[in-house]
Amino acid sequence: MRRNIPLAVTFVVGMLLIVSVFLPPIETIGEDFGVFFSIIAVFAFFLGGGNLIKVHFGKIMKKSNDWEFSLVTVVGFFAMLIIGLFKIGAPGDISTSVTAEGSYFQEMFVYLINPLQSTMYALLAFFVASASYRAFRAKNREATILLVAAFIILLGRTPLGMMLTGWIPESFSIFQVPNLAVWIMNSPNLAGQRAIMIGISLGVVAMSLRLILGIERTYLGGDDKG
Amino acid sequence: MKNSLADRSSGGIICAALITIFFFSGPLHSQEDLVSLSVKKIAPPSSLLATDHKYDNGNSISLSWVPSIDDALMNNPIVAYKLYRSSNDTEPNLIAELPPGSSYFLDNGVSTDNSYSYSVSASTNAYEVLSNRTESITPQSEWINYNKKYLFLMVMIISGAIMYFIVSAKRGKELFVRKIAGLEAIDEAVGRATEMGRPIMYIPGIQDMDDVQTIASLTILGRITRTIAEYDSKIFMPVARSLVMTAARETIKASYQAASRPDSYSDDMVNYITDEQFGYVAHVNGLMVREKPATVFLLGAFFAESLILAETGNSIGAIQIAGTARPAQLPFFIAACDFTLIGEELFAASAYLSGEPMQLGSLKGQDVGKAIAMFFVLLGVLAATVSAAWDIELFNNLLDNLNELFS
Repeated sequence: MRRNIPLAVTFVVGMLLIVSVFLPPIETIGEDFGVFFSIIAVFAFFLGGGNLIKVHFGKIMKKSNDWEFSLVTVVGFFAMLIIGLFKIGAPGDISTSVTAEGSYFQEMFVYLINPLQSTMYALLAFFVASASYRAFRAKNREATILLVAAFIILLGRTPLGMMLTGWIPESFSIFQVPNLAVWIMNSPNLAGQRAIMIGISLGVVAMSLRLILGIERTYLGGDDKG
Repeated sequence: MKNSLADRSSGGIICAALITIFFFSGPLHSQEDLVSLSVKKIAPPSSLLATDHKYDNGNSISLSWVPSIDDALMNNPIVAYKLYRSSNDTEPNLIAELPPGSSYFLDNGVSTDNSYSYSVSASTNAYEVLSNRTESITPQSEWINYNKKYLFLMVMIISGAIMYFIVSAKRGKELFVRKIAGLEAIDEAVGRATEMGRPIMYIPGIQDMDDVQTIASLTILGRITRTIAEYDSKIFMPVARSLVMTAARETIKASYQAASRPDSYSDDMVNYITDEQFGYVAHVNGLMVREKPATVFLLGAFFAESLILAETGNSIGAIQIAGTARPAQLPFFIAACDFTLIGEELFAASAYLSGEPMQLGSLKGQDVGKAIAMFFVLLGVLAATVSAAWDIELFNNLLDNLNELFS
């Protein structure tokens, strides 16, 4: 019973959503289910937030390794929660938007969270460099092709590419590095991406059918046969 | 102004007043008056037609008209077409302003409960001229959207093929499924962590349970944790969504029970971190560096954080198995991880790992879809090439039909 009810719900909802694509009177049912999902997700947030506090309070109390980080987490969590709930610093009364100009919540978001997020994002530049270094080593034929393609695209995106190959006559302009870079991106690269997309779409169809028909039930917490 | 002055009777006063106005008020007519006197009015749009939009829920009406002939002039005075809608013969309301040259609009703000009539005006900076009003029309709701007949046909063929192979597998038919290196390496990766006495980290992406990639990830998690439980190794799983946390706990718990090790399970294996993308990344990176897991699984929906996570995992020497259905992130995983499940392999993984004939049958059914896709791709390439090179009518028609089929 614990597993059959979710399976039945999955089957009914799954079939309904598939059919709704073809039946105009129920075509917006997917959006309605999206709203239900959001409502459930809001309640689930209490579980998540509770778990966060439980874990980090535990670390602080036990003075576990790196408990100072947990302290920062807990202080940050409650600071944002209280400032947001009571709309501290927000102009006007309690009905004012929490993100209104001048509210402390907005100020903390703009001056604290945003710069921190940007800092993390900026790390990507260094990671791209180290990953490219490894990926572009010409270890075998495929890696060599990748290296050559990457070199052409990198060169094609800089003025140097045009400077080096701008002399090539117009009738052979495809061999100018910037044009070659565009061709690589628009033809072989796009063809490969589309092939992957077709595979993904078919994979989603097969996976959805397995879920709707109850063949795949691991996500419900295990499989009797498994 | 002229008329009011003409009513005056005294000639001297009139002359004095006229001279005063002439010298102190500028020209006799204002600039706008002169324009309105000298410009001929533009022609209105014509043949406005309001028709029920086919195959919808009765929530739209198609409007088409012939633009004003002045719209085609060199110095086009028309700045916009304004559409007015009257509901149940009430006062018309402006519903849209469209740029010059427009001749079509789909009104999505209607319902089957009311009847509507429309008019359209060609508008200049100074005035607007209205077309005739249409007859009242009540939108109709249709039960079936025949515009999607080809999509329905394709869904039926592909689903039918998948169902056929599932049933065939159930009846005992042998099915060949090619080896997927990333999935073959799971046992080795878990075994390595066990031997090294270090934990395994599982990251299910940063999307919620309404994303099919997250569901696929949790189905794989179920299979992997079964192996982890059997090896009595340790797993920890930081998640970015509360619902994923609860679902993952249930999945892991069931796997530990299935492996006859329910006591080894703990809720602390799965922890919620934050919904914030880079806040989550910061925590997971810190966790990786501190805990130094021997194996890292990155399976699910990833965005800009994919390379940051994968490179950090690489830097600590963890064996990494990644997979996502986001093509833009695949190159990063391929560059930074030991094994990568590319696109569909992520969705096939659970079926592959289960080894159950019925699940494998669904994978076989996908191949029919691929064969159909390949056929139409080749047909499209042929039609487009021949059509462009030799302009043969048969191939032009074929290309048009293919465009209609897949648009």
